[in-house]
Amino acid sequence: MACKFCGPKLSLCGLILSVWGIIQLTLMGVFYYIEAVALLEDLPLEEEGGHHTIEGFIHKVEVGYSQNAYNCWIAALLYVITLVISGHQFWMNNRSSVSM
Amino acid sequence: MGSLFRSEEMTLCQLFLQSEAAYACVSELGELGLVQFRDLNPDVNAFQRKFVNEVRRCDEMERKLRYLEKEIRRDGIPMLEIPGECPEAPQPREMIDLEATFEKLENELREVNQNAEALKRNYLELTELKHILRKTQVFFDEMADPSREEEQVTLLGEEGLMAGGQALKLGFVAGVILRERIPAFERMLWRACRGNVFLRQAEIDTPLEDPTSSDQVYKSVFIIFFQGDQLKTRVKKICEGFRATLYPCPEAPADRREMAMGVMTRIEDLNTVLGQTQDHRHRVLVAAAKNIKNWFVKVRKIKAIYHTLNLFNLDVTQKCLIAECWVPALDMETIQLALRRGTERSGSSVPPILNRMETAEDPPTYNRTNKFTFAFQNLIYAYGVATYREVNPAPYTIITFPFLFAVMFGDLGHGALMAAFGFWMCYKEKPLQAKKIDSEIWNIFFGGRYIILLMGLFSMYTGIIYNDIFSKSLNIFGSSWRNNYDNSTLAENKLLQLNPDSNDYLQSPYPFGIDPVWQLAESNKIIFMNAYKMKISIIIGVFHMLFGVCMSLWNHLYFKRRISIYVEFIPQIVFLTLLFFYMVLLMFIKWTSYGPTPGKLGSNDPEIIKTSAYCAPSILITFINMMLFKTDPNTRPQCDDVMYAGQMGFQKLFVIVALLCVPIMLFGKPYYIMRERKQRAQSQPLANTEAAAENGGVAGAIQPAHHADEEISEVFIHQAIHTIEYVLGSVSHTASYLRLWALSLAHAQLAEVAWNMLLRKGLMSKGFQGGIFLYVVFAGWAAISVSILVLMEGLSAFLHTLRLHWVEFQSKFYAGEGYLFQPFSFEVILDSAGQAEE
Repeated sequence: MACKFCGPKLSLCGLILSVWGIIQLTLMGVFYYIEAVALLEDLPLEEEGGHHTIEGFIHKVEVGYSQNAYNCWIAALLYVITLVISGHQFWMNNRSSVSM
Repeated sequence: MGSLFRSEEMTLCQLFLQSEAAYACVSELGELGLVQFRDLNPDVNAFQRKFVNEVRRCDEMERKLRYLEKEIRRDGIPMLEIPGECPEAPQPREMIDLEATFEKLENELREVNQNAEALKRNYLELTELKHILRKTQVFFDEMADPSREEEQVTLLGEEGLMAGGQALKLGFVAGVILRERIPAFERMLWRACRGNVFLRQAEIDTPLEDPTSSDQVYKSVFIIFFQGDQLKTRVKKICEGFRATLYPCPEAPADRREMAMGVMTRIEDLNTVLGQTQDHRHRVLVAAAKNIKNWFVKVRKIKAIYHTLNLFNLDVTQKCLIAECWVPALDMETIQLALRRGTERSGSSVPPILNRMETAEDPPTYNRTNKFTFAFQNLIYAYGVATYREVNPAPYTIITFPFLFAVMFGDLGHGALMAAFGFWMCYKEKPLQAKKIDSEIWNIFFGGRYIILLMGLFSMYTGIIYNDIFSKSLNIFGSSWRNNYDNSTLAENKLLQLNPDSNDYLQSPYPFGIDPVWQLAESNKIIFMNAYKMKISIIIGVFHMLFGVCMSLWNHLYFKRRISIYVEFIPQIVFLTLLFFYMVLLMFIKWTSYGPTPGKLGSNDPEIIKTSAYCAPSILITFINMMLFKTDPNTRPQCDDVMYAGQMGFQKLFVIVALLCVPIMLFGKPYYIMRERKQRAQSQPLANTEAAAENGGVAGAIQPAHHADEEISEVFIHQAIHTIEYVLGSVSHTASYLRLWALSLAHAQLAEVAWNMLLRKGLMSKGFQGGIFLYVVFAGWAAISVSILVLMEGLSAFLHTLRLHWVEFQSKFYAGEGYLFQPFSFEVILDSAGQAEE
């Protein structure tokens, strides 16, 4: 298990970033899932004239919301992996500095 | 306990110490750290003072300790921190023991070092010789090679062999030289000897240790063949010039072998001796490392005590020392106790005498702080140390500082990041303090950890008020706005308005903070927010300034400047209230009396139109017109000219009264002083002696005495400057509070740009690979958020808040002309000594 490839600073940075990422991206995923209006501007919709009927538009928005919710959770999951890796690295760094 | 409201009351005391007890007493006072000694012999130079010898001995001890420390560091031995309590200052007689210990240690160490150096030099010489013998062996082997013999003969020819009979025998020298000098050395040899010498060289692979600098150096072995004595001297001189070391090298192979054997055995012997020397040195240093911090503390304490004793006066009888010191009046008891302890420790029978003295001098300013108030007090001191017993702005700063910061930094997300950082520093306070991190930036952050925590929490609060989290809003209670347009209108228009004077608005505001719908209002969000934030800034600013002026009342009351209350405080507050507080009132009137009338939405009734948003006047225009005594022609015939009945009359009255305050501020005080002087001049011939006696005796006489030394013209100029500063200041300072709006706007916009330019790119990408893209973009957005929005924007908001406190708030009451109370305290001395050393 002696695979140490991050220094103490990088692993700490990864740790903080991934904690932040998990919290924020999970929450954003939830907000997308419940279709929060505040996030409407950040949906991948076609510009100008892409929708001809109100129903079509609403359908697209709904698809966009659920797609973005999943994307947020995917990113959050990736941050969970980052958290595990950098946590392991951080632990390795700490242990080696103590034993020295 | 003293209060934060004003600085502590200080008294000047005279302290009589018996010579024998002085040392112990001062040591106790140093542990206490509550007494500031005054230098009683300022014109005596450092070398003529009484305890020069002792101070010098301490310096010498410190030097030895530093030498020891340097050696310990060089060997990388960890120095033990002092376990538990700091050692007390040792008795003076212990100083001799300490001196002896250090002397012994230093001598031992020096001797060991000298021996080690000699041994190392010896070792170096031997290893070099070993290498020479080994390398030259190759050259000699080549020479002895029978196959080459022929070559030699053919090269030199018959003549060469015959010339001078035995003269053909070549001489040689062998030595060692630094590798980088070889090319120059070779060229020099060639030129100086005209090519008549033959140089062979070989590199030594392993680096050798230079005994003087203990660096690792690379060297080369060389051997030079030549013919004749003249060339020999020349070659030797060149070798000397290049600092090459020459070694005797026997010609016969048998001798060389024997020598090599001898060298090897000697090297082995030397190695054991060297090892033992190193061991000994290490033992000495490890023993010293256990105590060195302790010794440092002891020596520094002794030195500090003698330095302090040097400030004292010697009594004529030489039996006692006289000191003068500033002491917080509340701590007299503790100091008496400490003095008694000191006397007991020294075994003296005569108790020290602590005597209060009357003085006309300004005492130092001393505010007792704890770890929480310390940082805020320092923000105030950075502007200027409060005049003695002046009202201290620090307690109010504790709340107003984070609040004004938060008005500019209002964002729930960024505030949470800042609060988390501050909380972590406060939570891990003890371990972080013990770490003693040297980085200056870190120390600034750590010193202000409570400020950072409060700033973060307040920013979270204002973030909720602005409904702003990373430039998005939270719809917690449900927006009060509804969309009543039909589908075809929605499909055809890009931008649509929601009219508050219709059913689009539920007529009941969002319960807390700003309605989340504004975050989506692309075209008029900024207009709405600007109107709100500008008004809020002015309201906060005017209240902040009014509060500052009120503080000056406490100063006037405390310093018994009755006249200043009448001709400064009252006109000032009237001026500010009638002009700027009135403007604030107008804002509230505008907010409350204009808007849609529930139940009669969109009505054309003239009465209802008069209170609708259409008729709301501009506060700024109203205020400017008020100052210029001017009325604009009414361009909206449906509306009233005024906001309330009699507005014009009141406004005129307010401006006139406010303007009348200016001459009172300008001439009130100088006139009063002039009249007072005249009266005194008249009464003085009658009761000359009486008045003088009274003036001298009463402490309250300081004020008139202070004015007496000022020329009356100077009083006028001073007052004029003061008045102009206040009058113009209240205009410019009110405007200056608009920075609250400006920075808040800038922060919100920057946050939005960061979101739109980075995170939106991640959110807009299609398909499931968008999740991976989002993962990458989020890291970039997080980095930008922390570095630019939290760090840089935070710093800028911090500086603006600092300015609002120093200039806009404190200029109303704070003189800041005092000087700091710097008690004689071992803690401070040891801290600064420790820092200087690192």
